[in-house]
Amino acid sequence: MTTRPLVLGAVAYDPKVVTIWDGFRSWLREHGLAVDHVLYPHYERMVDDLVAGRLDLAWNSPLAWLRAGRLAAATGRSVRPLVMRDTDRDLTSVVVVRDAAGITTIADLAGKLVATGAIDSPQATLIPLAHLAERGVKVQAHRFDVGVGLHGDHIGGEREAARALVDGEVDAAAMLDANHLLFVKEGVLPAGHTRVIAQTEPYDHCNMTVVDTAPRAAVDRFAALLLGMSYADPRVRHLLDLEGLTRWESGRTDGYQVLSAAVDRCGFYGPDGELWMPAYHP
Amino acid sequence: MSEDRLDLGGLGLDRGGQLLLRRALAPLAAGSRLAVYGRDPHLPVHLPAWCRAEGHRVESPEPGQGPPPVAVVVRGARPDHRWHGAIRAGDPATGAVQRHPPARWGLAARGALLEGGGPEPHFDLDDRDLVWAEVAPQLYAYAASRQWDPATAVPWSEPFFLPPDIEAAVVQVMTYLVENEQAALVVPARFLGRIHPHFREVAQLLAVQVADEARHMEIFNRRALLRGGGLGTSSAGGRSSLFTLVEESDFSLSSFLLSVLGEGSFVNLLGFLQRYAPDPVTRRVAWLAMQDERRHVLFGVAHLANQASVDPTLLGRLRSAIERRHDALADTAGLNDDVFDALVLMAAGGWEPEAIAAGHERVRQLERDMDQGRRRRLERLGFPPDEAAALSALHTRNFM
Repeated sequence: MTTRPLVLGAVAYDPKVVTIWDGFRSWLREHGLAVDHVLYPHYERMVDDLVAGRLDLAWNSPLAWLRAGRLAAATGRSVRPLVMRDTDRDLTSVVVVRDAAGITTIADLAGKLVATGAIDSPQATLIPLAHLAERGVKVQAHRFDVGVGLHGDHIGGEREAARALVDGEVDAAAMLDANHLLFVKEGVLPAGHTRVIAQTEPYDHCNMTVVDTAPRAAVDRFAALLLGMSYADPRVRHLLDLEGLTRWESGRTDGYQVLSAAVDRCGFYGPDGELWMPAYHP
Repeated sequence: MSEDRLDLGGLGLDRGGQLLLRRALAPLAAGSRLAVYGRDPHLPVHLPAWCRAEGHRVESPEPGQGPPPVAVVVRGARPDHRWHGAIRAGDPATGAVQRHPPARWGLAARGALLEGGGPEPHFDLDDRDLVWAEVAPQLYAYAASRQWDPATAVPWSEPFFLPPDIEAAVVQVMTYLVENEQAALVVPARFLGRIHPHFREVAQLLAVQVADEARHMEIFNRRALLRGGGLGTSSAGGRSSLFTLVEESDFSLSSFLLSVLGEGSFVNLLGFLQRYAPDPVTRRVAWLAMQDERRHVLFGVAHLANQASVDPTLLGRLRSAIERRHDALADTAGLNDDVFDALVLMAAGGWEPEAIAAGHERVRQLERDMDQGRRRRLERLGFPPDEAAALSALHTRNFM
């Protein structure tokens, strides 16, 4: 046991977050490691607390990871991605159009209205819009700001964007690849009536960020325990299912360039982690 | 590197392609590769997304001869891990029910392969000796085959005429029957949720029993209202007697009081009503209910006889249950006078003194028949004849 529990932050984007972290906390205690979790209403406050040393660890969105890195560098601290879900590696986003809309190439999207997720959604706003901009395609974005501050964890914005596309309110919609599969399965996107017109480069999603003020031995123990969690263990399998992973992997930093470039392109954060986007009110 | 291959044709993952993928991946070892081909335009997007969620990896196909696959799936271990340590919830055969099925089997079908984890619901009636009877599966099958439709099983439209007094007597008896059937419905329903699902046939049998009582309530109520009048009376003593049945929380004691003694006596009553019914509708509803009640009695006797054979303390507890109920009802009025009088009048068929005397004697004979039946069933459970007679005499005067 450490002299004090590790303090871990997580954003309460859904009631299941309580179940997940209560479950992980009990399991970690059974394995001799005390961890207390603190739930936040949005990512920005959590990142502030992480870099200020009030947290040891933060279960960060990719956007929160980027800001933590910038804030830490600006204040002489450092952060690193300790572990991540296997399901958070190599995601892509897609831009979808109605099949009958006459849009056959990405260039045809120029000047068109593209539905996106919330202003702070990496997968449904920042990355796909940057993908189009990098290819010289200027579009008008129609944002569906559901769960601002949750960095796109709330699927509602993407679903609204998909509905807007089907209803003919917009010319295209941006979303995570897995959510495209989900929406087609659900019938939100009618089978055979939409087409993927663009797909982004792969990028990584959430990670467990640790700050350098955290007690090293306890953090190492925490990482070892998470990496040792097995999907074969029925005591944790339901938690892994809820959290949407099959196993924890070591953290890696090279999957965030796509998002970092997108953030810089639209000026979402400043170089020191400042909140630069005027319309962003988490 | 050698690869298995799967061609999804035009099938996408939104329309069932994942079934073919799972089927193709199932026999492969973790780390094996499956080249996936297909024409669905969304497949290049959906296949990696699906694999990520399922714990498989995808690799881009290496250049080769012929058209390339959409992707090569590297099989993950998650499907095997989910079933690691899975056990069967016993044996599906009825002859192989377990003595104490564990709580973690929960609602699973008997014999199903159980993934580890999940809830461990507490079904407190989880002792084979307490709930099981070897005859339960056959009784259930018989009960299921004997279900009838209240709308068509009774000749509701058959013409008949009754003098108003006789009609009122029928309505009074029907009113009494409905409240008795209400108790007979609630009592097994309360136990249904407490029986471990491993003893499926017992739960099925009780469920049919509940459905039986629902239909009995319907047909008795419909007969009462058939001629457009209101219902009869409900006495406080009658309701007190029935409520002692609802209050009994011990499955064996409840089954004893309700089925062996109460419904057993009711079989006699329904036989009496069938015999002296003044009209075809009353005759038929009594006969239909009697057939069902016989089954309920059979199960009660069978499961208690089974339990008595392994639990020497059972008879003592059954004796106490009758005595306790008798004491609890000692200060109540017993059978509603209106019901008794209605039975006499029905059996008399008219108001002439000789007819009433005959009707009265027939009701007394009914009570003697009920007593004989109770004594016979008590002896079947193992009570000596003299004790069976004494205990039968303590049974509620309200019949049920």
